[in-house]
Amino acid sequence: MTEKKLADWWDQTHDSLYAKLGGEAAVDAAVDIFYRKVLSDNRINRFFEGVDMDKQAAKQKSFLTMAFGGPHNYTGMDMRRGHAHLVKQGLNDSHFDAVMENLAATMKELNVPDDLIAQAAAIAESTRNDVLGR
Amino acid sequence: MTHIKYKTDSFPLGENQSVLDCLTGHGVPVPFSCRSGACQTCLMQATRGTPPEEAQRGLKDSLKLQNYFLACVCHPREDLEVALPSDDSQASVPATVRGLKLLNDEIMQVVLQPHAPIEYRPGQFINLFRTQALGRSYSIASVPEEDEDIHLHVRRLPQGRVSGWVHDELRTGKTVQVRGPAGDCFYVPGRAEQGLLLIGTGSGLAPLYGIIRDALRQGHSGPIRLFHGSRDRRGLYLMGELNDLVREYTNFDYVRCLSGPDVPHGYAGGRAHDVALQEQPDLKSWRIFLCGHPDMVNAAKRKAFLAGASMKDIYADAFNVSQST
Ligand SMILES: Cc1cc2nc3c(=O)[nH]c(=O)nc-3n(C[C@H](O)[C@H](O)[C@H](O)COP(=O)(O)OP(=O)(O)OC[C@H]3O[C@@H](n4cnc5c(N)ncnc54)[C@H](O)[C@@H]3O)c2cc1C
Ligand code: FES
Repeated sequence: MTEKKLADWWDQTHDSLYAKLGGEAAVDAAVDIFYRKVLSDNRINRFFEGVDMDKQAAKQKSFLTMAFGGPHNYTGMDMRRGHAHLVKQGLNDSHFDAVMENLAATMKELNVPDDLIAQAAAIAESTRNDVLGR
Repeated sequence: MTHIKYKTDSFPLGENQSVLDCLTGHGVPVPFSCRSGACQTCLMQATRGTPPEEAQRGLKDSLKLQNYFLACVCHPREDLEVALPSDDSQASVPATVRGLKLLNDEIMQVVLQPHAPIEYRPGQFINLFRTQALGRSYSIASVPEEDEDIHLHVRRLPQGRVSGWVHDELRTGKTVQVRGPAGDCFYVPGRAEQGLLLIGTGSGLAPLYGIIRDALRQGHSGPIRLFHGSRDRRGLYLMGELNDLVREYTNFDYVRCLSGPDVPHGYAGGRAHDVALQEQPDLKSWRIFLCGHPDMVNAAKRKAFLAGASMKDIYADAFNVSQST
């Protein structure tokens, strides 16, 4: 495959995940459910103490947009920078796993088919090393 | 290094420094209050360069397009040439004080008649200026369709520069400067059957009183529940007016909450947001309004969200007071 075609293929498969999930409307439906799960999860909610909820909800929305294969402009560097202060507070694999669990549970609650949940999970999973600063 | 140009001076911006700190550090009289992007007192305009998006959060689109920004949360990565909003549309307008009335020991109702019409929604706030460089935000308790003038409830804070001036020096007939309105804590018509939960502490009742009357006037038919809190009875006010509304509208009810040790019959004991969430533990599909003490607003926001309210249905104004003197 030429590079151009590779890019098209990437776009199409990812576009189609975002489209299959329902695009921005799906993200909007998911964001409250996901954020509520995260805030109620005693394994990770200490990382969200004292932060501004509106700003935080906006960040959850861009995270979900990315995981759903939608348009975003995160780079690995942004991920590192954005989480460095949390890594200093002890953010590790177990916390990342908890977020992954909440993501899957949110999509299950919205009756997303398992194969699409797995695709979204794979995208989110691909950020693990950047998020954990490795 | 980034530079901020104001009039003929150019100042280097320190790392992590806000444009506000940079300018006031060099003696430029930029008014400010909350230092957290909430009150819009520190509004400025970039006359060259583009202010970062996060410094424009909460501003009207018309202001964003004209490169207005909030100096206290502005950390530009490029040079900016900036000006205070003075000789254009964002300039303050004069208003005549038409009345002053103590609503309780510490809260003064200020009735203002602006010299040029100010279009507002009840629950928004205006900035009231004691001097050009000293202004504070106060929420609007009046309803334009029912009240001729703009009503504010100003709570006296110890050594409060603006609230103290309102209580001790302001007189009926005087002219003051106001700017605004701003803020998005108001009633939007639609979904008339939705439940509305309103929680306020102290003068946080001001916007809620406007919002409630606005919603009732527009035929809101779902339950409207107000929880007003204070430490003791002296901190409550407008009890007569609110009880009149309770009698007039079957869908409105009002709970007076006292967080202090003395709770007479007819009052609920506890902090307003705790009482509200006990009485209304499931907030799925409710619309929430939170105004007053920042700690209450932040705690209640989280609790309301965890109780099922959607983020986009939570409207809040934390009455942030600058901690610097
Ligand atoms: C969006 C918004 C809407 C607002 N609406 C209203 C309103 O409707 N009514 C209203 O009364 N205020 C309202 N405020 C607060 C108001 O803008 C001023 O911050 C307040 O009046 C204090 O200003 P000041 O100049 O009197 O006090 P300042 O001169 O700024 O000083 C206040 C001093 O009091 C101290 N202090 C802070 N909080 C307390 C406290 N709870 N008890 C005792 N001391 C304290 C501070 O440390 C500070 O030193 C609102 C604020 C915002 C951001
Ligand atoms: S918004 Fe800047 S001081 Fe309040």
